[in-house]
Amino acid sequence: MTELPPTLMAKGSIVAGCLAPHPPHLVYAENPPQNEPTSEGGWEQLRWGYERLRESLSKIDHDVLVLLSPHWQTYVGTHFLGIPHFEGLSVDPVFPNLFRYTYDMNIDVELSQAIHDKAKGSGLAVKMMENPDFRVDYGTITTGHMVNPAFDKPLVVISSNRSTHYYSVEVMQEMMMELGRVTREAIEESGKKAVILASNSLSHRHFTTESEVPEDMSKEHIASHAMHLWDMRIIDYMRTGQAQRILDEMPEFTEQAIAESDGGGLTWLLSTLKVPDYPAILHGYGTIIGTGNAIVEWPCYANEGDVQ
Amino acid sequence: MNGSLVGSYVVPVHPHPLLVPEQNEGWSRLRAAFDEARDAIKESDADLLIIYSTTWPSIIGHQIQADPNPQWTLVDQDFHDLGSMDYSFNIDADFAEAWNEANHNRGLQSRTVAYHGFPIDVGSVVALKLLNPDNKIPAVIVSSNVYANRSETTVLAKACLDVIQKTGRKAVAVTAMSMSNRMFTEFIDPSDDRIHSLKDDEWNRKVLEFLEEGRLEDVAQLSRTIHQQIRVQKVVTFKPMWWLSAMNGNRNNLTGRVLAYEALHGAGGAVVQLDPTSTGMGDKEYDEDDVEYYRGERNVLDGEETTEADDPLTPSSGPALWEPPESKGAVNSKAAPKPVGMYPHARQVGDLLYLSGVGPRQPGTNSIPGGPIRDEDGNPVEYDIKAQTRAVVENIARILEEAGSSMDKIVDVTSFLVDMDRDFAGYNEVWAATLGHYGPTRTTLAIRALPTPIAVEMKVIAKI
Ligand SMILES: [Fe+2]
Repeated sequence: MTELPPTLMAKGSIVAGCLAPHPPHLVYAENPPQNEPTSEGGWEQLRWGYERLRESLSKIDHDVLVLLSPHWQTYVGTHFLGIPHFEGLSVDPVFPNLFRYTYDMNIDVELSQAIHDKAKGSGLAVKMMENPDFRVDYGTITTGHMVNPAFDKPLVVISSNRSTHYYSVEVMQEMMMELGRVTREAIEESGKKAVILASNSLSHRHFTTESEVPEDMSKEHIASHAMHLWDMRIIDYMRTGQAQRILDEMPEFTEQAIAESDGGGLTWLLSTLKVPDYPAILHGYGTIIGTGNAIVEWPCYANEGDVQ
Repeated sequence: MNGSLVGSYVVPVHPHPLLVPEQNEGWSRLRAAFDEARDAIKESDADLLIIYSTTWPSIIGHQIQADPNPQWTLVDQDFHDLGSMDYSFNIDADFAEAWNEANHNRGLQSRTVAYHGFPIDVGSVVALKLLNPDNKIPAVIVSSNVYANRSETTVLAKACLDVIQKTGRKAVAVTAMSMSNRMFTEFIDPSDDRIHSLKDDEWNRKVLEFLEEGRLEDVAQLSRTIHQQIRVQKVVTFKPMWWLSAMNGNRNNLTGRVLAYEALHGAGGAVVQLDPTSTGMGDKEYDEDDVEYYRGERNVLDGEETTEADDPLTPSSGPALWEPPESKGAVNSKAAPKPVGMYPHARQVGDLLYLSGVGPRQPGTNSIPGGPIRDEDGNPVEYDIKAQTRAVVENIARILEEAGSSMDKIVDVTSFLVDMDRDFAGYNEVWAATLGHYGPTRTTLAIRALPTPIAVEMKVIAKI
C-alpha cells in the first residue's frame, strides 16, 4: 500500500469494544488442543457467553484485536508487545493445574508503534517490548483464545500499568482516559478496523480453596452478596448506556469490590469508545472461584454515526 | 536427627544486580553483597536453600516448587530490555512434598507444583542464580499468598521447620523482597538511580538498623506499619518478615549484618545476613500470638465463620496434654502426639523398647484422622476406623524411629478397640497392609472407652 496522508486514507475505526475477562478456567473447561490439562467442562454460562460474542464478532469485518491485559503488570510505564510473532508455552503461575497452553500469535507492530508514539507524544511513559524471549502473559492468551481461538488475526497487546496502587484510581483513570483517546486516534489514522478488548473481571475476591474437581459447579458462587450487588450495578450501567457513571463510580467500585478494573482495562476501553451512551450487549455473566465475570460488547459499528 | 536453620538472608528481587551490575555503582555493590552471601552460604555447609519469594503471588494457599529440574528463559515484565535470564535449578522435590504434607498437618491450604515451563518468578531466579550459581545446594521455593495473614504465614514457617528437623537438614532461609517497593514510574538513566523518596530511605534505614541488631521479631511485629509506610499497597505486603522470624524461632537476638543497601529503580534493595548465633542482647518482647495451627480464614466478607467446633478433625474437649517426662531410658518424640498423662512415649530396658499406648492423634494439632468418635457434647459421630488405624501405625513408626528402632523389629502388639463389631474388619484390613507384613504377635481386645475420642489404640513391644 502506498503511504497516503491520514486524511486521504480510508478512515480506520473501532468496530466493537468488549469486556472480555481472562480466567484460565474457561480455556481449561473447553479442552482445546492447545491446552494440556483436561476437564469435564464447567463454567458453561460464561463459555456460552463467549460463544455469543464470537458469533457477534464474526459478523463484523475487522483486521486487528487491541487488548489490554492486567496480567502483564508494569510498574514503569505502559508497554506494548513490539515484535511480529510470539509463540511458546504459557503456564499459569496461580492455576498451573488448569492452564498449560501452547500459544502462537501475531502482533500488529505497526499499529502498536503508532499507539506507543501517540501516547508518548501526550506525555505518558511508554516502551516497546522487543525481547524475543519474552513470554506473553496468560491473561492476553486466555482472552485472545476465548475471542479468537484460531489466533488468525493480529493483536496489539498493551500492558497494565499499576498506577492504581502507586497512586490512586483517579490517577489511573486520568492515564487510561488519555491512553484510550490516543488508541482510538491511532486506529483511525491506521485505516484499520479494530476490536477493542479489555481483559478483566469485575468483582475480584477469590475463594482461597479449590474443590477436588476444579470444575465442580456445585461449589461455584459469588464470593459475597456485596460483590454481587456491585457487579449487577456496573452491568446495569453497561446495559443502559451509562458508561459515564461507571467511570464516576470507579474509585468506589474498585476499592469495595476489589475489582480487577484496578488494572485500567475497563477505563481504557470506555475511553476508546468515547464513553458510550448507547446500550451494550451482555453476552454472559458468571463467577469463577468467587470472582464476578461479565462478557459485554459495545456494538460501535451500529451506534457511531461516523463509522462506515 | 537434628536439623536446623544455619542462616537467613534478605535479598532484593529486581534483576539489575544479575544482568547489568556494571551500569550503576549501587547495583554493583548489591552484586558484591550477593557474592559475599553466596560464599558465606557455601562455608556454612548448608544442604538446603529455602526461598520465600514476594514476586510469586498465589491465591489457593501456598504453592511449593517441586519440579526437580525446572528450566526456562525468564524475561522481566518491566525490565525486559536488560536481557534474558536462562535458568536450570536443582530443586529438592522430596523436601517440597514433605513440606506440603506438613502444611496440611498444620491446617494450611497448600500444594506443590511440578510442571514443565512453570514460570519461576524473578525474585527466586535472581536469588538462586546469584546465591547458588553452580546448583550445588538443592533448593525449595514457596510462594507468597496474597490473602495470607500473620498466623498463616507463621504456621507456614513452622511446618517447614517440622520437616527440617525431621530430615536433619542444615537449611538456609532466604526472603526475596524489596524494602520500600516504590519504583520510579518513568524511565530513568541508570546513573540517576536513588531511593524514591527521603521518607522511604529513612524507613529502610530504620528497618535495617533493627536487622543489624538481630531484632528480626521486632521487624516482624512492625510489619503492618512498615507496609503502610513504605510499600505500594496490593503488590505484596511486608509479610516475608513474619515467615523469616518464625523460621528463626521469633527471636530478637540474632547476629545481623547488612551487606548492602542500594536503590533499584527507586525501590530499596538490601542484602542482609542473619546468623542464628545469639548476640546475648535484645530481650525478646513477644507480643503477638505464637500460633501453631491454622484455623482457616475468617471470611470477613460474608460472615460465614469457621469455628473450631466446625473442624471435624479437632476434638474440642478432652484430657489435658502433658509434656512427656524424661525418666531413665525414656524415649520421647516431637513427631508423636503429646501424652494425656505423666508418662513417656517409650522406655528402653536392655535391648527391648516398651511403647506407651499409641493412638491416632496427630502431633502438634492433636487432630484425629478419620474424625473423633463423639462430638463435644458426647454424641456419637461417624468416623473412619481405617484412617484412625493408619494414623496409629504412623505414630508408632515415628516413635520407633526416634528410639533407633523400626517397624520390622516389633515383637508383640496389643490392640484396643472401643467397638469390636463395627471396627474389627477395617482395623484388620489396615493391619494386614501395614504391621501384618512384619509379623509381630497380636492380641485384640474390646474395651469400653479410651481417654480421648478415638476408637483404636495399640501397645507395642519392639527390639532395639
Ligand atoms: Fe486476572
